[in-house]
Amino acid sequence: MRDASSPLLVVEDLKTHFFTRRGVTKAVDGVSFTLHAGETLALVGESGSGKSVTCLSLVRLVPEPAGRIVGGRVLFEGEDLLEKSPAEMRRVRGKQIAMVLQDPMTSLNPALTIGTQVGEVVRLHQGLRGGLLRQRVLEALSRLRIPAGDTRLRNYQHQLSGGMRQRVSSAIAMSCAPRLLIADEPTTSLDVTIQAQYLELLKEVQREAGVAVILVTHDFGIVAANADRVAVMYAGKIVEMGSTLQVFNNPAHPYTQALLRCLPGVELGGQPLVEIGGQPPDLARLPPGCPFAPRCPKRQPICEEAYPPEVPVGHGHVAHCWVASAAGA
Amino acid sequence: MILQGIGLKKHFPVTGGFSVGGVRGWIKAVDGVSVQVAEGETLGIVGESGSGKTTLAKLFLLLERPTAGSLLFDGKEIQAFGRDDFRRYRRAVQAVFQDPYSSLNPRMRVGDIVAEPLPPENGGSRAEVRGRVGEVLELVGLRRESAALYPHEFSGGQRQRIAIARALVTYPKFIILDEPVSALDVSIRAQILNLLKHLQDKLGLAYVMISHDLAAARYLATRLAVMYAGKLVETGACAAVYGEPLHPYTQALLSAALPLHPSARRQRIVLAGEVPNPMKPPAGCRFHPRCPRAMEQCQSQEPEWQEVKPGRFTACHLY
Repeated sequence: MRDASSPLLVVEDLKTHFFTRRGVTKAVDGVSFTLHAGETLALVGESGSGKSVTCLSLVRLVPEPAGRIVGGRVLFEGEDLLEKSPAEMRRVRGKQIAMVLQDPMTSLNPALTIGTQVGEVVRLHQGLRGGLLRQRVLEALSRLRIPAGDTRLRNYQHQLSGGMRQRVSSAIAMSCAPRLLIADEPTTSLDVTIQAQYLELLKEVQREAGVAVILVTHDFGIVAANADRVAVMYAGKIVEMGSTLQVFNNPAHPYTQALLRCLPGVELGGQPLVEIGGQPPDLARLPPGCPFAPRCPKRQPICEEAYPPEVPVGHGHVAHCWVASAAGA
Repeated sequence: MILQGIGLKKHFPVTGGFSVGGVRGWIKAVDGVSVQVAEGETLGIVGESGSGKTTLAKLFLLLERPTAGSLLFDGKEIQAFGRDDFRRYRRAVQAVFQDPYSSLNPRMRVGDIVAEPLPPENGGSRAEVRGRVGEVLELVGLRRESAALYPHEFSGGQRQRIAIARALVTYPKFIILDEPVSALDVSIRAQILNLLKHLQDKLGLAYVMISHDLAAARYLATRLAVMYAGKLVETGACAAVYGEPLHPYTQALLSAALPLHPSARRQRIVLAGEVPNPMKPPAGCRFHPRCPRAMEQCQSQEPEWQEVKPGRFTACHLY
């Protein structure tokens, strides 16, 4: 048996590359992190930073044959998911690791009722039928505070509002009491007041079920509100990781610093925003050194030559940056 | 120059179902909205999806004709517009849309895209057109040579710059910005917001900025109008509305916007329920089923639009 203090998920040097006519796109290129039960880790980054592909790699749903996991280990409760057979993986997905995707409009099937879709997962993983199945489905709906569950069962997704749809897809995810929930931009398609509702609900459900959450987002506001720890991704790599407070109070990587400064806040208005010049890099043609170097205001000659090593910034707070390493030394 | 809407209404008929050929009901997308924008200012219109903000933008762009109410441009009623007035209006009021991936025709060169709003009838030789296109491309921070390229050769931020250049080419006075940064990456948003502000200062433009992103609206807007279910619930100077929101909906909306720092976890008002069905808006105040401070009269009586404080208007029975 594993002891309680060992992490639920250990990702070591995960590499997922896409082999295209234009060359090899290193979407995920050496990502490592750990996650404990009940914890929320936010993966933050811009589009193309590799956060979604990281999540897909964890459950082995990388679109093949173009995409392939080319290296690393994903230890879930001590077992390497990358070694498992497709049949074994199917038993892990949905049961132990569940996902909530960005747009419930496309992740739910428009031709099936809500009851069928929630019931499918329970039936497959727990082999329930009939009245027992129906009861479990109703429990799953009520856990996500979906009112009037027994009439909702017969509804189709177009009869529900956006917030309700996202609750239904979360109910599907939570129906088999998973140990890990991967939420990929779960509120991007929701309105502000509905987003606030959903994030509160997610926190409650997480506390009740003790499930660990990987929250993928590009919104630092969501990170501030819901995450225990943050990993900032850029060009397929985690450039900074630490507790939410550490990263917000003392961002060590120039990219994190710039990201936090370039956001318009609700609190203050007026003063010009600090821009990050340039564009995110082309993942098929990465520069040899630090991928952020061409846009970095603190660039040194060494930054363009070699990728910086991991530098400890605080307890459990690390960054990959030559400048931060020079400051720390 | 002032662009003004008075009591604007846009109702869409809902047809089909069993009443063949008949109208089953009306979606009151915009239901009696009065706003005005003067030169050099930015009116931020914020609200959730379904609040009618995009329909309002379409009314300003003449893409929809109002069901009732009037649109005044430079003091002249739009109903009384002649052909020349419409031409003048379309030159003076331009638009930038949300998604620069779908708002630029992929089969046209950037130069042609940017030149498209230029009216062919009042002449302008090719060289003049090319000169003006180059000018606006430089204004938005692109190179003149970009005119020969196609949209796919540009990143999202650059495409939005092209869309802004297209809006600027006719020397407009007003630009309707419909969610100008929500489709862009976070690190690019600041570039575009700064560019918009810079252009406003330089050219004396007025913006109507439609947004659900309260932070972005806060950054650009000088005045703010909050919409809910087709109606205005509150207007006022931007800083004043953010500083002291009057209407319970504005209060909830602002508190739902996530603060940027984990230790700044504020008292959040989490609203129950959803945005109402626009076909059957609630009686009385449209916000009352979700309002944490609803009173009895809110259920039956529609609150009047009134000036509560100097320059601060709201429709709420609390005041």
